[in-house]
Amino acid sequence: MSKITGAQMLIKCLGNEGVEVIFGYPGGSVIPIYDAIYDSSIRHILVRHEQCAAHAADGYARATGKTGVCMATSGPGGTNLVTGIANAYMDSIPIVAITGQVATGVIGTDAFQEADITGITAPITKHNYLVKNIKELPIIIKEAFFIASTGRPGPVLIDIPVDISKGLIDENIKIKMDLKGYKPTYKGNLKQVKQAAVKIFASKKPVIFAGGGIISSNASGILTKFARETKIPVITTLLGKGCFPEEDELSLKMAGMHGTKYANLAFTNTDLVIAVGVRFDDRITGKLSKFVPNAEIIHIDIDPAEIGKNVKTNIPIVGDAKIVLEDLNNEYKKLVSREGSPDRSDWLNEIKELKKKYPLRYDKDSEKIKPAYIVEKIYEITKGDAIICTEVGQNQMWAAQFYKFTRPRTFISSGGLGTMGFGLPASIGAKVGMADRMVIDIAGDGSIQMVSQELATAVTNKIPIKIMILNNGYLGMVRQWQELFYNRRYSETCIHNCVDFVKLVEAYGGAGFRVKKKCDVESTIKKALEINNLVLVDFWIDREENVFPMVEPGAPINKMLEGK
Amino acid sequence: MNHIISVLVENKSGVLAKISGLFSRRGFNIESLAVGPTEDDKISRITLVVSAEEHSIEQVIKQLYKLINVIKIQELNPSNIVERELVLIKVSTDSKIRAEILEIVNIFRANIVDVSKKSLLIEITGTESKISALEELLRPYGILELIRTGKIACARGSKS
Repeated sequence: MSKITGAQMLIKCLGNEGVEVIFGYPGGSVIPIYDAIYDSSIRHILVRHEQCAAHAADGYARATGKTGVCMATSGPGGTNLVTGIANAYMDSIPIVAITGQVATGVIGTDAFQEADITGITAPITKHNYLVKNIKELPIIIKEAFFIASTGRPGPVLIDIPVDISKGLIDENIKIKMDLKGYKPTYKGNLKQVKQAAVKIFASKKPVIFAGGGIISSNASGILTKFARETKIPVITTLLGKGCFPEEDELSLKMAGMHGTKYANLAFTNTDLVIAVGVRFDDRITGKLSKFVPNAEIIHIDIDPAEIGKNVKTNIPIVGDAKIVLEDLNNEYKKLVSREGSPDRSDWLNEIKELKKKYPLRYDKDSEKIKPAYIVEKIYEITKGDAIICTEVGQNQMWAAQFYKFTRPRTFISSGGLGTMGFGLPASIGAKVGMADRMVIDIAGDGSIQMVSQELATAVTNKIPIKIMILNNGYLGMVRQWQELFYNRRYSETCIHNCVDFVKLVEAYGGAGFRVKKKCDVESTIKKALEINNLVLVDFWIDREENVFPMVEPGAPINKMLEGK
Repeated sequence: MNHIISVLVENKSGVLAKISGLFSRRGFNIESLAVGPTEDDKISRITLVVSAEEHSIEQVIKQLYKLINVIKIQELNPSNIVERELVLIKVSTDSKIRAEILEIVNIFRANIVDVSKKSLLIEITGTESKISALEELLRPYGILELIRTGKIACARGSKS
């Protein structure tokens, strides 16, 4: 019986789970694990702050569909992961976070670098484990990956005391997974599905409302087929972007606070919402009592707790988006073959009119550099084929509004938690996972400064991401709210001229450009995309440009503020 | 309205913390809570009394089901269960009024489990209303301490 250390067992198990890369940062309690990594073929990306290890694992997971892995030491290492874990939790992203812990014998004594990380992360993980017995280590790792990636995905944390990493375990220990309390429902109730098909068939003005659940269940193929065959318009959430091609005439793009006016009006006029993999977040619904006032709701979600949580549902279907949509499509087809296709040309014409009347717009003739112009140029130059990561704030909304997403896993953004500083580490993770794709972080000058140390990670690990900073010298989204709702009192939101971003990226060994003139935007983007290294472009945009249209917080979504 | 929820969980450390944490962060109040192992020592039963509206209780149960260590949840129908709570009540007394208190205790079929010169310790099991009634009657004598186990409950009949 050959024995290996707990740390070696961990690395072996990670290999069995198909892990290709770990984003991490060493420290006292994980030295044994890093010693095992030294001999391993699993790639390790050394970040410069643990928060970014979690964000990078998150970005990797979103881009590839695989489970991302991050690692940190005990105490501050673990607490630094917290924001990244919470971010993955809010957006249902599968990551496994591995933390070191002080030795089992001193847990609870406030030992050096001790933190109760399982206690701290209980509300922001799908599940977590403190390994107390080395024999449990292999089964815990197996369960962690299973739980993270199945059902409604989410982060799982494994806390490993240092004596467990150093201890010895039988290399060929037999394990059997037994999760009594975890049995996700994948197949939707067929009776409900049939009812839904009948309801959709009878609807005069239906819309499909598609969210991140479509992307995590890899259902965008069947969704697109279903929408096109039934000719039902598609509205997405922020996280649903890419699940249905936005250039399709049935696409109404994103609804909500900064969604398109035509999507919000379609919600207001529809008589049936077919919601799939969404959770009716307040940024989408606006004033809840006025949301979809004329509609019945079919809600398909793998998490039963989401159904009926925020809005009342007429037909709930618990199940995996892909499987349920396939069944629904079949049932709908049966109705069509029996009774012919329903005529919804009035509704489609109404949608067409709304799209024509209320397009997304900005001042195209302005001499100043408009952020929307930059995003449109990035779209044109990349032919819509890049993976776009964003920070959080105005940059995120401009990216969401003006880049046309046509494929799943090409829009990577912090939705639920709204984490500034997500985009740079997430784009590192995405590029590591999808090395042959162009990965661009559309950033703000505020967000990027939360994580700018990760420029080092990109350069030293040869991860040639492109960062496009829409620099307005403000914490722009907060400034916009101050302008609109706080009488232009710009309290603590001006960060003008505080750093030379070009010098900053050059100091780390990347390439940097500054663009102050509109005529240089296109050529500089092209130049940046051709360089096989980290490139940062600092665009000096129109400083007080706002994100419009906009629903005032607490207002119904059909009442939108619009710019000049 | 009060709801009685009976939850079967894996008997592992940290599970109770996960459950109570879920209640606080989702904004629900626990009125009472009782925990102990079941006939299978790998499984514990937690009996919770929760005050919430019908819609919220549904949401609580759904959220509880999402905890990996939770195996089964039952909301017990109050009209078809046996519910019990055990309470220890220490009452201030002296030789003059002891007999008076003993009479009350007998009527309620409660037990005296300890006697001292200045106090009596009374043990009572029963439903909430029975216990409250006794508590009310004893209050004028001076209740020194009152300790409740929290409610436990079991559905009637052979189904588990």
